[in-house]
Amino acid sequence: MWEFLQTYGPRLLDGALVTCAQFILAALVACVAALAAGLGRLSSLWPVRSLSVVYIELFRGTSLLVQLYWIFFVLPLFGISLPKFEAGFLSVGLNVGAYGAEIVRGAIQAVPRGQWEAGYALSMSPAKRMRRIILPQALVLMLPPWGNLMIELLKGTALVALIAVPDLMFVAKQINGATFRSAEAFGAALVIYYLLARVLITPAMRGLERAMARRLGRA
Amino acid sequence: MTFDWNWEFAIEILPRLLRATINTLIAAGVGYGIAMILGLVFALALRSSGRLPRTLLREVLEFIRSTPLVVQIFFIFYVGPQVGITLSPWVAGMIAIGLHYSAYLAEVYRAGIEAVPRGQWESCRALNLTTRDSYVRIILPQALPHAVPGMGNYLVGIFKDTPMLSVIGVTELMQAANSIGSETYRFLEPYTLVGLIFLALSLPTAGLVRLGERRLRRKLGL
Repeated sequence: MWEFLQTYGPRLLDGALVTCAQFILAALVACVAALAAGLGRLSSLWPVRSLSVVYIELFRGTSLLVQLYWIFFVLPLFGISLPKFEAGFLSVGLNVGAYGAEIVRGAIQAVPRGQWEAGYALSMSPAKRMRRIILPQALVLMLPPWGNLMIELLKGTALVALIAVPDLMFVAKQINGATFRSAEAFGAALVIYYLLARVLITPAMRGLERAMARRLGRA
Repeated sequence: MTFDWNWEFAIEILPRLLRATINTLIAAGVGYGIAMILGLVFALALRSSGRLPRTLLREVLEFIRSTPLVVQIFFIFYVGPQVGITLSPWVAGMIAIGLHYSAYLAEVYRAGIEAVPRGQWESCRALNLTTRDSYVRIILPQALPHAVPGMGNYLVGIFKDTPMLSVIGVTELMQAANSIGSETYRFLEPYTLVGLIFLALSLPTAGLVRLGERRLRRKLGL
């Protein structure tokens, strides 16, 4: 085990770095997509609303793997050729963003009615009311489910290995193919994924939750 | 190769994809069956045993939940033969997907069991029921309705995760589309049809789950 890590540790770490990059970029895509679609779903304009619903249902109704293959293999036929790295985090981000959109919508709707009315009473414009009054409170409500979603996102990034992005899973597969030491290769990958989730993502999300709650004076 | 949707080709491959869809449904069904049983075992084990095994089991479930299913599928498929158990892709896939989702269902069951009022446990004790009888006849029947919505969501989830089984060569929908693609060098129709088949199956199921959840909530007076 020790000499396995000595030989292949650096490569596994390189893979883990690619996984982290995919995770961060996909998380950004997911946040933007979720916020846009979540707000769009509540819009009073029907084209915006239906576009958001189509996006949400399309990405929640099919598998991430199908979306990934479609974006990577089929989209070029429409003239949109994405390199594998970009196709990877874009698919994962858009997939998770669709689930996130429902969280955003739920959180916005959960902000008490009085807050909306108070914003109206102060004659704020709808955009200003959303930005200054509703969204900050909704953010606190949506952070705990976002924590779970971020773990799902990390797990989702493992699929980009299937379009040959050299992430952790891809490296583990390569090592397995070259050495047949499956238990060590995949075991090490599993442990690294677990550590990323348990030591980095979960505490970071908890910290964010606490910080947000403090800013609103709720903790 | 440019964008040209070929209807003839699409109709030609549709029967093959639909046959593979049956395999997908079987995989999801069997995987879910394993997950339901194993999840219940885990949920009960989490409540009963001593402190140390409980903490250990909780950590193991956390591990299963926070690592990617694809890596788990590879792990089980490739490590099995090394310890002398050669698993076919189907068996390895079913174990992996069942185990993965059992960790989620254990959480759903746990929440359901905890939703049963304390008084029910006290009544069981007052009636001198054994632990086993308390669970089987009093607690679980009341816990189940609380667990149904969560269980429904994971049923849809497991269905959407079955394409991952294609990585070890389980002949489900995704695998069929992959082999059509590599035989004909046409990816547009197979992958698009796979997406449509998934939509056609998972949207109604998700709708039914939501409807069932609302009915159940009304029935429980929540």
